[in-house]
Amino acid sequence: MITRFIPTALAALSLIGVTAKAADTVKVGVLHSLSGTMAISETSLRDILLFTFDEINAAGGVMGKKIEPVVVDGASNWPLFAEKAKQLLDQDKVAVTFGCWTSVSRKSVLPVFEEKKGLLFYPVQYEGEEMSPNIFYTAEAVNQQATPAVDYLLEEGKKKFYLIGSDYVYPQTTNLILLEYLLSKKVPLENIGGGFTKDASGKIISAGKYTPFGHTDYQQIVAEIKQFAASGDACIISTLNGDTNVPFFKEYAAAGLDAESCPVVSFSVSEDEFRGLPASQLVGQLGCWTYFQSIKSPANAKFIADFQAWLAKSTVPGIVKEGRVTCSPMVLSYAGVYLWKAAVEKAGSFEVDKVMEALKGGISFDGPGGKVTSQKNHHLTKNVFIGETKADGQFKILKEFKDVVGEPFLKGTYK
Amino acid sequence: MIKQPLTGRLHTPLLLTLAVILVVVVPLLNAFGYISNFTLGNWGKYLCYGILAISIDLLWGYTGLLCLGQALFFTLGGYMMGMHLMRMIGGDGVPTFLSMVGRREWPSFFIPFSSFPFALLMIVFVPGLLAYVFGYLAFRSRIKGVYFSILTQALTYGAALLFFRNELLMGGNNGFTDFRMLLGYSLREDSTKRGLYIVTALLLVLVVAGCKWLTQSRFGLIQRAIRDSENRVLFSGYATANFKLFIFVISAVIASFAGALFVPQVGIINPSEMDTSKSLEAVVWVALGGRGTIIGPVIGAISVNALKSWASVGATADFWPLMLGGAFVLVVLFMPKGIIGLPAQIQGWIAKSRRAKSPEEPSPLSTPPEAIDP
Repeated sequence: MITRFIPTALAALSLIGVTAKAADTVKVGVLHSLSGTMAISETSLRDILLFTFDEINAAGGVMGKKIEPVVVDGASNWPLFAEKAKQLLDQDKVAVTFGCWTSVSRKSVLPVFEEKKGLLFYPVQYEGEEMSPNIFYTAEAVNQQATPAVDYLLEEGKKKFYLIGSDYVYPQTTNLILLEYLLSKKVPLENIGGGFTKDASGKIISAGKYTPFGHTDYQQIVAEIKQFAASGDACIISTLNGDTNVPFFKEYAAAGLDAESCPVVSFSVSEDEFRGLPASQLVGQLGCWTYFQSIKSPANAKFIADFQAWLAKSTVPGIVKEGRVTCSPMVLSYAGVYLWKAAVEKAGSFEVDKVMEALKGGISFDGPGGKVTSQKNHHLTKNVFIGETKADGQFKILKEFKDVVGEPFLKGTYK
Repeated sequence: MIKQPLTGRLHTPLLLTLAVILVVVVPLLNAFGYISNFTLGNWGKYLCYGILAISIDLLWGYTGLLCLGQALFFTLGGYMMGMHLMRMIGGDGVPTFLSMVGRREWPSFFIPFSSFPFALLMIVFVPGLLAYVFGYLAFRSRIKGVYFSILTQALTYGAALLFFRNELLMGGNNGFTDFRMLLGYSLREDSTKRGLYIVTALLLVLVVAGCKWLTQSRFGLIQRAIRDSENRVLFSGYATANFKLFIFVISAVIASFAGALFVPQVGIINPSEMDTSKSLEAVVWVALGGRGTIIGPVIGAISVNALKSWASVGATADFWPLMLGGAFVLVVLFMPKGIIGLPAQIQGWIAKSRRAKSPEEPSPLSTPPEAIDP
């Protein structure tokens, strides 16, 4: 009996040994575009995530387990994003995934995360109107970027607002919310520029001027803006995306407009974008984010120094080491990892349901942009900053809004 | 008469075996857990791309028409299926792609898409009609060669810009996503996914068989004659424009069906699928697999996309576009007949080296050129 028992026990013991070894790590997915049109923005998020994992691992990991990143390339290809999400959840069985930039990539993976009961942290400003049980949005909601910017401009005495954006869901939704917000602040309809589209019943279904991705000819639009801004109390609210900012700002300067006569506040231009855009053309223009690299705090100084030190030593193939900056989507990715870590430790488990419950219960993290707190509605409470672009691609902070509560469903709430 | 390469003689039994493996064996292995759902899902996608590749080869390899707009027909088929799937979501109100642009009701053109037969009809009709009108105008004006390619690319680009517009009420940049039901089956069930895979594999087999029959018929002969010298065919009394129009419409409908099956398996359709780069990529699959054969493009599509899936993970994630580009360059330089032509090419090399070794052999000039150039 005993002789038969011993080999079984040995086998069991060795099995425990094997599982214990495998259990020393926890797999975490990184789902960003490392190639294609979005790579320039999203590779920065991959870098900051790998940095964060190394930082956490050096401090002992999550519940004693080292983070083992599984990096996949969504390749700016939306069906491929869905495939990669399936792979992370089905094959690699990751505990959590950090990823996506564009709304369309998020929409593409959302059904996958819901079906397979995964957990996704989404870090980039977006249009709201969504609250998936399987996604946590560290991103800025519209009321953590667009409406504070309008508040600031109203305080500055601006009376006329011109809305312009790239034609996709984020600008369209943001501008409809801004329209309601401006009207609730007693800005008359004729002082809101860019045009409106109405349905058969006369209800406004689209506000502002829209140009396709990659649009280059802004002559006519800028001429219209110049007329609109002739009274001297106008400003432009821009949700123009990526490359289109270059021809827009060129045309804007050529028409004799500047930040003094008619400031532009852009929601899609951060420090990281200035690696590709000429900052000199945007000097004095405004930005609004929940983090700027120029924030003066010990936490931010340490974060920047540690990231640069990590970059210098990094052996990640193909990583860009020169001229690197930090920006809001990067910091929200960073905060997301720490919030997840805290939630896992609070829940005492890696299970998605329990981690999500812990997050909903409210977890705070003191990060480079100040304190952020997770909310019941899968969004964050965080500080919002208004900044002015400087020639070196950094922002001079003009104003701070403390502890703004993220709210995804805003349509129809401003009256 | 054009001599078939070595693989030609093995074709029928080999293809039948492959068909049985794809349609019967693979789904069975999946049902018993030997092939994961993830792998099966990927193969469903690859096979859709395979069908798309055949539709391109039918035009390019067999008729000499390099169409850079097949992604448009593929995406249109996908959108028709997507409209049906959106109607099947159910629930109160309208989906967000409509509420986002302020609509509280379905636009009237969506209503009939509740019916699956209607959607099926549209999958044939919409791309078919577009191909007919465009082809009629292009071929009647005797537009060919690079001008035809440029025009098809421009058409696709224009369509993509149109579909990016939110006013079109087709979901704009985000397109359609978050599908739930198809013909009463939940798309989240493994069995539904397996069913979709089987339908795709069956369609692929049918398309391969149909195209083999077509290209080997008298019609196929004229098709190839048009490719090699259209003027001679024209002067022999054939209305080449009609032949080209027919094949253009057929290939548009094939691409459309591939797109329609692609959408429920992948879970999203949006205008980036009709990006010009997508059409070009599909042409590359055909070149890589072997132009002017039926099975070559399928091999090309599967191998490129499998490489893409495999290489876009982990350490190679940063480099895979380079690997892919390198593979294309190598194939173009050293394998002019693509993957499918490789056996014949190797045979040619062996024959050549044998000749070099035995001086009593007749000079290489007298060997029939078909051996290396079928």
